[in-house]
Amino acid sequence: MTESRHINIHVPVLARVEGEGALELNIRDRRIDELRLRIYEPPRLFEKFLVGRSYREVPDMVARICGICPVAYQMSAVHAIEQVFGCDPGPWVRAIRRLMYCGEWIESHSLHIHLLAAPDFLGYASAPEMARDFPREVRRGLQLQSLGNELIRLCGGRSVHPVGVCVGGFHHAPAMQEVARLREKLQAAVMDARALVEWTASLDLPDTPQRFTSVALRHEREYPMNEGRLVSDTGLDIAIDEFASHITEHQVPHSTAFHALLDGQPYLAGPLARVNLNRDRMPQSVSEIMRDIGIVFPSSNMFHSIVARAIEIYLAFIEAIRILEDYEVPASPRVSVSPCRGVGYGCTEAPRGLLWHRYELNDAGDVDKATIIPPTSQNQARIEQDLHESLQVYGLDRSDDEIRLFSEKIIRNYDPCISCSTHFLKVDIHRE
Amino acid sequence: MKPRVAVHKFTSCDGCQLAFLNLGEDLLVLSELVEIVHFAEAGPVDPDAQVDIAFVEGSVSTPHEIDRIKRIRTNSRFLITIGACATAGGLQALRNLADGGEWIAEIYARPEHIHSLATSTAISRHVDVDLELWGCPVNGRQVITAIRALLFGVVPQQDRDKVCMECKRQQTVCVMVAKGIPCMGPVTLTGCGAICPRYGRDCYACYGPAENPNTDAIARRFEGLGLLPRDIVRRFEFINNAAPVFADAGKKYHD
Repeated sequence: MTESRHINIHVPVLARVEGEGALELNIRDRRIDELRLRIYEPPRLFEKFLVGRSYREVPDMVARICGICPVAYQMSAVHAIEQVFGCDPGPWVRAIRRLMYCGEWIESHSLHIHLLAAPDFLGYASAPEMARDFPREVRRGLQLQSLGNELIRLCGGRSVHPVGVCVGGFHHAPAMQEVARLREKLQAAVMDARALVEWTASLDLPDTPQRFTSVALRHEREYPMNEGRLVSDTGLDIAIDEFASHITEHQVPHSTAFHALLDGQPYLAGPLARVNLNRDRMPQSVSEIMRDIGIVFPSSNMFHSIVARAIEIYLAFIEAIRILEDYEVPASPRVSVSPCRGVGYGCTEAPRGLLWHRYELNDAGDVDKATIIPPTSQNQARIEQDLHESLQVYGLDRSDDEIRLFSEKIIRNYDPCISCSTHFLKVDIHRE
Repeated sequence: MKPRVAVHKFTSCDGCQLAFLNLGEDLLVLSELVEIVHFAEAGPVDPDAQVDIAFVEGSVSTPHEIDRIKRIRTNSRFLITIGACATAGGLQALRNLADGGEWIAEIYARPEHIHSLATSTAISRHVDVDLELWGCPVNGRQVITAIRALLFGVVPQQDRDKVCMECKRQQTVCVMVAKGIPCMGPVTLTGCGAICPRYGRDCYACYGPAENPNTDAIARRFEGLGLLPRDIVRRFEFINNAAPVFADAGKKYHD
């Protein structure tokens, strides 16, 4: 073929992603000339207006960065602030924080699988459309999502911007009766969560292996949510305090979100990275189903992300039930804290990947400086890299519509949470 | 023909759109009752469609958003704002009290690439709004009640009580009286179910100002509880800092 074809694909609004993004793609003579994932979500400048606010206000403020993963923001923040104050809230608080995080993983992953991602693999434009042919699967998904929301409500009063979290623990301890009721509901639905893993594994997913670096937390005993060291499959193994000496952010002209790079290279954060790095930290029943579905982890197929999400939903069910079975009403749901000056770090596993916070507080516990690096800023460079590689393999000779749909599918697969990807502090751009 | 509905996003966290996406099976029922023609997060994209009801989440913080909201107004029979951002400018309106342009320059190495206004403002500052649903976030009941009423051809009814009233109805012990916690319940619109006092903590006014709120009296009560002027300012300048009643109350305690 000698004819020259110049394709200019512009997707002005990416559907079924959280927040606002667009894709610009220029293909010239079957080569990608220009490819830009454009994030035009307006900056809200959280890191600026957190300055001068009390540590007490931080959990309620940072929740507002993301409506889909407010728990993650609250968790990273309270851990960072407690590090400054030298406060250990003890085992009860630790368990309930994990319980709440289970709720958010179930809610966010179920929403992504059913309302955002699955229509791509089954050829529908939206979940309600898909529900006409797959009513059972969509209903099951919505029910799992609701149970995730109920878990967050149990700990935080409501599922979006919950009000229960404070530095030192929780404002409120759930009553035994509510705990028992929800535990029964989760037990009744655990087989649905298991069936979901099998269903996602049975989807006809594209199979194009890629080379990428997975980065996630790793805990000495358990599957990571709130705690752990930062590890990669290329040998990174650091404390969360050292995050910024390996991961740096860069402004790119086409995006209001910064691109974060690990030692100068793109990397993957999120469910697939977590499963790849922590498959030996699964409870036994989760390991069993992972073996049964026949997908080998670590996987280099990015489209296994949807399976990784389903595995984490099942894991979150098992963990939540365990925590609810052991539940006892504590003497107090929080420990008292004494504000002091200092720097603290928090890094937790938001549904879509690592969420890193750093705070400098003054003597009164007011914020002097805040830095927040959310998962989507970390995955952005990886998404562009994936698009470059996958589109070449897919074939740039395809029709514009095919290329557009395929590109959207690739982007959605990362579950980009764009509204929280846009408020990042300047790192020294001149440092080479 | 089924009524046509759009859900638009402006500067926001996406949390109010979850009032729809978290409906569970009711989401499927809703998609039978109305035709959802634009709701990017859920799938359909047609931002310039003519609709009967347009829900708007988020505040106006870019020049482009000013153009967009004007187009949406022209294309929509009823325009309903959902949440604190759309209705009062949101938490991010705190930039209005500072130098927003300077903040952007401090965050971004190349601020010339960032097309952002120095302020974050409510939708009603730019176009006429038919109904405002308060809350950070709004919940499913609020949006469904509004749609249901409009489908019946009646004006949607909204709860106008203060959080205090809801606490009494639920027989929640008053956190301010019993524990001396500076609670915003006496000046805040209910609709949340008084979850904060029920959880033993202060209401932080995420549903915005109630009707006829006596902000002077509550500020004096906070003084009595030992709050310094800057702490009183923080109480008003929070989630709904740009709601005029709270903005004025906060201003009185600035040094």
